[in-house]
Amino acid sequence: MSAKANHEIDPFDPPLVEGGHSFGEITEKVCSVVEKKPGKEPIYWWLLLPIGFTGVGALHIFLGWLFWEGTGTWGLQNQAYWGWAIVNFVFWVGIGHAGTLISAILYLFRQNWRTGINRFAEAMTIFAVCCAAIFPGVHIGRPWLPYWLLPLPNQMGMWPNFRSPLLWDVFAVSTYFTVSCLFWYVGLIPDLATVRDRAKNKIRRYAYTALSMGWRGGNRQWQHYEKAYCILAGVATPLVLSVHTIVSFDFAVSIVPGWHTTIFPPYFVAGAVFSGFAMVLTLSIPARHMYHMQDLITMRHLENMAKILLLTGMLVGYAYGCEFFIAWYSGVLYEQAIFILRASGPYAWAYWTMVACNVLSPQIFWFKKARRNEFVLFTVSIFVNIGMWFERFVITITSLSNDYMPSSWEYYSPTLIDIGTFIASFGVFIFLFLLFLRFLPMIAIAEVKAIMPEADPHHHAGHGKDDH
Amino acid sequence: MSSINDTVEEINSKIDDVKFDLEVMGVGPEDQPGQVVGVLAEFESPAALMKAAAKVRDGGYKFYDCHSPFPIHGMDQAMGLKPSVLGIFVFIAGTIGCIGGMALQWWANAYQYKMMISGKPLFSFPAFVPVTFEITILFSALTAVFGMFHLNRLPRLHHPVFYSENFKGASDDKFFVSIEAIDNLFDANRTWELLERIGGKNIEFLVAKK
Repeated sequence: MSAKANHEIDPFDPPLVEGGHSFGEITEKVCSVVEKKPGKEPIYWWLLLPIGFTGVGALHIFLGWLFWEGTGTWGLQNQAYWGWAIVNFVFWVGIGHAGTLISAILYLFRQNWRTGINRFAEAMTIFAVCCAAIFPGVHIGRPWLPYWLLPLPNQMGMWPNFRSPLLWDVFAVSTYFTVSCLFWYVGLIPDLATVRDRAKNKIRRYAYTALSMGWRGGNRQWQHYEKAYCILAGVATPLVLSVHTIVSFDFAVSIVPGWHTTIFPPYFVAGAVFSGFAMVLTLSIPARHMYHMQDLITMRHLENMAKILLLTGMLVGYAYGCEFFIAWYSGVLYEQAIFILRASGPYAWAYWTMVACNVLSPQIFWFKKARRNEFVLFTVSIFVNIGMWFERFVITITSLSNDYMPSSWEYYSPTLIDIGTFIASFGVFIFLFLLFLRFLPMIAIAEVKAIMPEADPHHHAGHGKDDH
Repeated sequence: MSSINDTVEEINSKIDDVKFDLEVMGVGPEDQPGQVVGVLAEFESPAALMKAAAKVRDGGYKFYDCHSPFPIHGMDQAMGLKPSVLGIFVFIAGTIGCIGGMALQWWANAYQYKMMISGKPLFSFPAFVPVTFEITILFSALTAVFGMFHLNRLPRLHHPVFYSENFKGASDDKFFVSIEAIDNLFDANRTWELLERIGGKNIEFLVAKK
């Protein structure tokens, strides 16, 4: 306590906000990004914006062609009915999970370091789920009947089959999206009020007044607000675990070799957190330089994320090994064959890419030097993103294209439309993220202030004074 | 004797609640331009704000609030606030979601249109758990957020504190106590003096503008 109050650096608990900023400086630092005049954005913002915007446009073209021609424009074939669309869906949903983990689970465990990165990890969640929702949404074959996914009776009075994991998925992902948006918005309210109070021009004042709904920061409001935040964290925690569990049920509940295993739910959840944290690193390292936020997103934040990558990377590594063991132990010929094929068959290149990226590359984080080196962190985070996409590719494609009857085996290859749609979805993600950086406070101002030692009512302002 | 006092107190607090709600809904008399609708005082730190809160509470005021850019731990006790009832709302909503979700699936697949899938029982409880769970979470989360809006009477774009220019710092790095004129104990001079006595700086009347 006294060490903190006297601003001495404790090697085991370094400060979460560096540079000795006051509350006012934190506000200024975060809000000035939102308040820049149009055209004054960082140069990288302007370089990335056209890329994102092109992606948004390209997505419309690819999806338009898909609706015109049908799912035959994709590389789907008689065995592999699920191609890149499902791979991409699982990839994007998985990325979202780190945002909720940071905002909900780390909140419940009182991990104060989350405050520096939670706002934009949550934004990442929402945009990743948006990208994810595109793929199953356009995969339904008859795109004029999307309401068949909803719990509504059709013209024959027939309801959807609630025993199907695909319907569970609809409920899980839509609930996840709704709760993520609510959580994000509730967190934003006090910060939107800050932007409102600083607004100089009329349009901005009206917009942020409406968005912050007249927040006054009174303790009578904070009381219910904090309760609501805590409850949201409490419900979002089991929710995030359930979402990827249910996504894994899409596979595990079927009787396809390589899919029908009980390890899938925890394995998928670990993989989701793994890929999500990699994406948070991929985004936060450039963002902290672009906006000079090194004092708020410190090396300590990055190092903690590297540790989580190391842990979850080994969890997925364990799952890869366990799958082989169970295949052998089950004594089921098909199960064994599919795993041998994964590691040595036509898709062996994808399998070993996955292992190298997901299991081997994070091992460098055993070294503190690597955990504190942004170049290494960024490179490994890209490897992990690639590796986790390949994990979903390996799971989906190897099991489907090699089924029970070898005469129907066929090598799956994607079409240009498949590849284009996937790349375009990155454009959508980048575009939404750039808009977020421009118009909303990218760091949770109120939460960062609340974890500073000065925010504690028992903190003594006198420097060097004896603290009891 | 004490029971009569209790009753009077209870009635008074109910009257206050109604007054508060009417004011929020904009039913009460409108603020006339130039009318004093409250007093605002600034304090320099979270610790000073907390001490001030306890003193305003002991002064018997009810329509007062302590504004800070972030939640301050221990403030609820200092202000003598009862614990938030939001948890009860959420529990009720979650229970409705849980029962409703299961009932929906039973109604749809086992009763209204009996759907036989791979020889499973019509009411296949385990297969209905995931959707029930998701609906429970959805109802709880929506209630947590909209219940919070209700308890905080948001959105409310119009409030006496917004008449102050200095109050804009409440979302940045300043700490305020505000006492509203609708309080029974409110008296412009005496309330001002109280805030001065407990260490308030930059004290100002909240004067209604057009």
